[in-house]
Amino acid sequence: MTTETMEAPAVAVPTATPPHPLREFWGYFSANHGAVAGLVIIVAVVLVALLAPVIAPHDPNLTNTAIALQPPFWQAGGSISYPLGTDPIGRDILSRLIYGAQLSLLIGIAVVTLSIVIGTVLGLVAGFFRGLTEIFIMRLMDIVLTLPSLLLAIVIVAVLGPGLMNAMLAVALVILPHYVRLARAAVITETSKDYVMAARVSGAGTTRLMFKEVLPNCTAPLIVQASLGISTAILDAAALGFLGLGAQPPSPEWGTMLADAREFVLRAWWVVTFPGLAILVTVLAFNLLGDGLRDALDPKLKR
Amino acid sequence: MKKSALFAAICVPAFLAAAPLAAKTLVYCSEGSPENFYPGINTTGTSFDVNEHIYDNIVDFERGGTQVVPGLAEKWDISADGTVYTFHLRKNAKFHSNKNFKPTRNLNADDVLFMFERQWKEENPYFKVTSPNHSYFTDMGMPKLLKSVEKVDDYTVRVTLNQPEAPFLSNLAMQFAGVQSKEYADAMLKAGTPEKIDQEPIGSGPFYLVQYQKDAIVRFKAFPEYWGGKAKIDDLVFSITPDASVRWAKLQKGECHVMPYPNPADLEAMKKDPNVTVMEQPGLNVGYLAYQTTKKPFDDVRVRKAFNMAMNKKAIVDAVFLGSGIPAKNPIPPSMWSYNDSVKEDEYNPEAAKKLLAEAGYPNGLETDLWAMPVQRPYNPNARRIAELMQADLAKIGVKAEIKSFEWGEYRKRAQAGEHQMAQLGWTGDNGDPDNFLHTLLGCASAQSASGSNIAKWCYKPFDDLVTKAKVVTNQAERTKLYEEAQKIFKEQAPWFTVAHAVQLKPVRKEVVDFKLSPFGRHTFYGVDIKGK
Amino acid sequence: MLRFIFTRVSLIIPTFIGITLLAFFLIRLVPGDPIETLAGERGIDPARHEQLRKEYGFDQPILVQYGIYLSRVLQGDLGKSMITQEPVLNEFSSLFPATIELALCAILFALIIGLPAGIIAAIRRNSIFDHGVMGVSLAGYSMPIFWWGLILILLFSVQFDLTPVSGRIDVLYYIEPITGFLLIDTLLSDEVDAFWSAVQHLILPTIVLGTVPLAVIARMTRSAMLEVLGEDYIRTAKAKGLSRFRIVALHALRNALIPVVTVIGLQIGVLFTGAILTETIFSWPGVGKWLIDAIFRRDYPVLQGGALLLGVVVMSVNLLVDLAYGLINPRIRHTR
Repeated sequence: MTTETMEAPAVAVPTATPPHPLREFWGYFSANHGAVAGLVIIVAVVLVALLAPVIAPHDPNLTNTAIALQPPFWQAGGSISYPLGTDPIGRDILSRLIYGAQLSLLIGIAVVTLSIVIGTVLGLVAGFFRGLTEIFIMRLMDIVLTLPSLLLAIVIVAVLGPGLMNAMLAVALVILPHYVRLARAAVITETSKDYVMAARVSGAGTTRLMFKEVLPNCTAPLIVQASLGISTAILDAAALGFLGLGAQPPSPEWGTMLADAREFVLRAWWVVTFPGLAILVTVLAFNLLGDGLRDALDPKLKR
Repeated sequence: MKKSALFAAICVPAFLAAAPLAAKTLVYCSEGSPENFYPGINTTGTSFDVNEHIYDNIVDFERGGTQVVPGLAEKWDISADGTVYTFHLRKNAKFHSNKNFKPTRNLNADDVLFMFERQWKEENPYFKVTSPNHSYFTDMGMPKLLKSVEKVDDYTVRVTLNQPEAPFLSNLAMQFAGVQSKEYADAMLKAGTPEKIDQEPIGSGPFYLVQYQKDAIVRFKAFPEYWGGKAKIDDLVFSITPDASVRWAKLQKGECHVMPYPNPADLEAMKKDPNVTVMEQPGLNVGYLAYQTTKKPFDDVRVRKAFNMAMNKKAIVDAVFLGSGIPAKNPIPPSMWSYNDSVKEDEYNPEAAKKLLAEAGYPNGLETDLWAMPVQRPYNPNARRIAELMQADLAKIGVKAEIKSFEWGEYRKRAQAGEHQMAQLGWTGDNGDPDNFLHTLLGCASAQSASGSNIAKWCYKPFDDLVTKAKVVTNQAERTKLYEEAQKIFKEQAPWFTVAHAVQLKPVRKEVVDFKLSPFGRHTFYGVDIKGK
Repeated sequence: MLRFIFTRVSLIIPTFIGITLLAFFLIRLVPGDPIETLAGERGIDPARHEQLRKEYGFDQPILVQYGIYLSRVLQGDLGKSMITQEPVLNEFSSLFPATIELALCAILFALIIGLPAGIIAAIRRNSIFDHGVMGVSLAGYSMPIFWWGLILILLFSVQFDLTPVSGRIDVLYYIEPITGFLLIDTLLSDEVDAFWSAVQHLILPTIVLGTVPLAVIARMTRSAMLEVLGEDYIRTAKAKGLSRFRIVALHALRNALIPVVTVIGLQIGVLFTGAILTETIFSWPGVGKWLIDAIFRRDYPVLQGGALLLGVVVMSVNLLVDLAYGLINPRIRHTR
């Protein structure tokens, strides 16, 4: 309640030369070194993913048992043509990591898009219609939240069968409640504001109200949540892969690579170290970006 | 120690915790928790390994072999027609005791009858206790085979069969036929807690159970009154460690003495470790890739042959088994009698394979599926990885193979129904007879049944005639000849790409004395000793 | 306040029923059944399979099965595991202490490091320490913990031989379970060496499971502290010339702790997810590993019962947190 009463006058008072909102956003965002670093890493990962066929030194699925488990180039026995070493059946780890970037980005973006779309719609519906619809949707989300998310994801994958697609669906489902709650809360806050009242009085339909008036006003928290959500999605999908339920080999998904090579952990440290590092760095980058976005978009912190 | 006095005062049961154990403790890093303590309903080797130490059988397999030797029965007579077995039980077999039960008598015929009837007769009050699924008893055909089991006197039991069955004694030596105490069962039934006998077991075996904590530990102590003499070790501990690499790390550090199922990846290091001996023995198993011979394109023997030549078996076995398996050319393992070593292996030759494939009408290659089990099996440590290597090899002759997998139960069912084009599977023998492989896995009878084990669906008259004949002939030399011939036909017709025979490997620490590998893959610690540090 | 408690508690009932529904039907959608899964290469004769399904009651209409299940659950009977034939409740209660012990240690670890780090970072805002803490904690938050566990084993157990590889305690110690918490049981039975062994076994799993909560707590503490430090009463305190330590310790910390405690409470679901992975890596005999095994073996009763029990635990903790929060912060009570 308090925040709203404070915001209203802030909007009402026009500043002398209002800066373009994007420029203002960039000003805040670029001041945050972490966020910029995150953005740079993400851009790099995206480039790597897009250019994979060009920059990968080898075919990621090309097996050659003669060179199995070669260490990275700086260790004795390693060679520069396989800079990060090879896996148990002689595939180049670097090339697999490069192609794996495609998968991880795909997972992150697909999962988040899916759960944002479904979650927002459900949240908007719950927030607008209240009553039984709301109770039903929100109870369902409570149930999903009550069970350990990984457990639920595992069961869903067990039902659908292991595989990248199904793992993505499972992850999208278990992170859904966050978006539903966010959207609903935003709707409830927004609908009590004057402009919605005004629109309603002037006869705007519910659907129109939902998507034209309210939705644009709760995009900021959704964007932040999306960027953080990508990191959760990548992590969860990798965990499923690690348990043998995500993308199936020979797909170079990072979690799957880890699981596939786990038995060699005592003998060849590089087969588990690099895929894990790749996950860590990518997830970290998305988290940094998410943090930066939140700070830049959240009016409360701008003070 | 003031503190300790305080704790002792607070906590009366403190004395329950024993002092650090005596020197002769053997720790076995087992791969999982036992299902429960009733071998009659167990299905996994993990459970049998535990229960084997608690219970005795009427007859046993000799330690480290397949020969049947006396157990609870000191001797037995078999009628001339092979249908009546009379077992003479030893009189000095004592039962363990626990807090609920003190035995008043030694093991006798009543207990042996109880063992049979509990698994056999539905009216037995214990038939459904814990579980009605006495799977091994049923799988071994006991319900159909047994005519009667009678008590002649306290220490004599007579078993009558419906027809002669040579492997009957061997079957009784399997762990599902472990003898429980009838007296204990009666007492628990009266107390209204019949399932206790399967949770707090009383047996007559060389060790008794002290503690079981799921997923953590099974602790035994040597039974001093064991009829065969007290075990050489005092304490036997199963430290449950599901992860193979972790088992190895623990063995290395001396946290356990024996471990099963090592990671092939760690073998090299194991063989180098001065404190560890890696014992090995070829197992009674085979892993293979079956072609669905009733479906195109594999109904053509030329295609099957071409595929066999296209895949680099040695490279595959080296990369995946890493020394824990030997390439297979025959469907039966080399340690089995009648193994035909003169059979010529298909040579790896992609060029010739390509030509043969063109001859068969596929000059531009073809597309097929390639099934891989979702789970690790004794004969195949990583079906998925094998499939990847096969896929890569096949691509070189223009074949596009799509790797497929299903949930394990589903996988087997679908493969048995013949839904695949190419599917990996394997077999572990139970009784060491070639019939168990050649007839069960490749005969016409099992090809025609929707739940038969012949997943190549391969029914080839000349082969089937040989193996069916060998089933009824009793002369082993004659059987050997038939089986050798059958293996030759198998190779010519190529219903399978035989992959490998897994080798049983057991890393054992040097202080362990006289541990013997069992051809059945059992882990028995009676008779094993351990040197003090 | 009563009304608030009442609404919160009444929300639990539909969630509870929902969990039973979800667990019951979801697991039955998984292809394969336990009888099939156990059969191995040999397979099982279809007629016998049918007979066994009947024994287990799988032949009845699914809604009838659910009705029977629910009525038994309400009587406190969660059924028997299909693999071990042991009552689900017994298995749960023998494994749950291991999970709780690990979870509590992880939370404790996270608090001991996370709280001070967050506080200092807030006080020294924008210092190198602050940036360091925030960077490290974000890395912790981004950590794939299954990988983290493997790397720690590789480093500390294998390379430097400092910690045991897995398990809860050296198997040579025989500790009769009294409470199920080994740290307590070993002391109760006066086994100091065993206690140390249990502690050593706990170190790596605690770090692995505690990493994410540590990151969350450090970040949360920092931002809560920053907010509180900017409030008027702190400025007043400063103006009054109170020492910096007193301001932080007496005034700021107390108020900053409220959201931190809430976050810890709400982390419990996340903690169980982490426990599943941590227990898998360290062969820790807890409920996480048990549930995963149950899924792979199609052990319906275990999965249904386990999900339900875990759900109840999570709900209870959330409820307690909510109630506590409602007590501390009256505003929450009224906005709902």
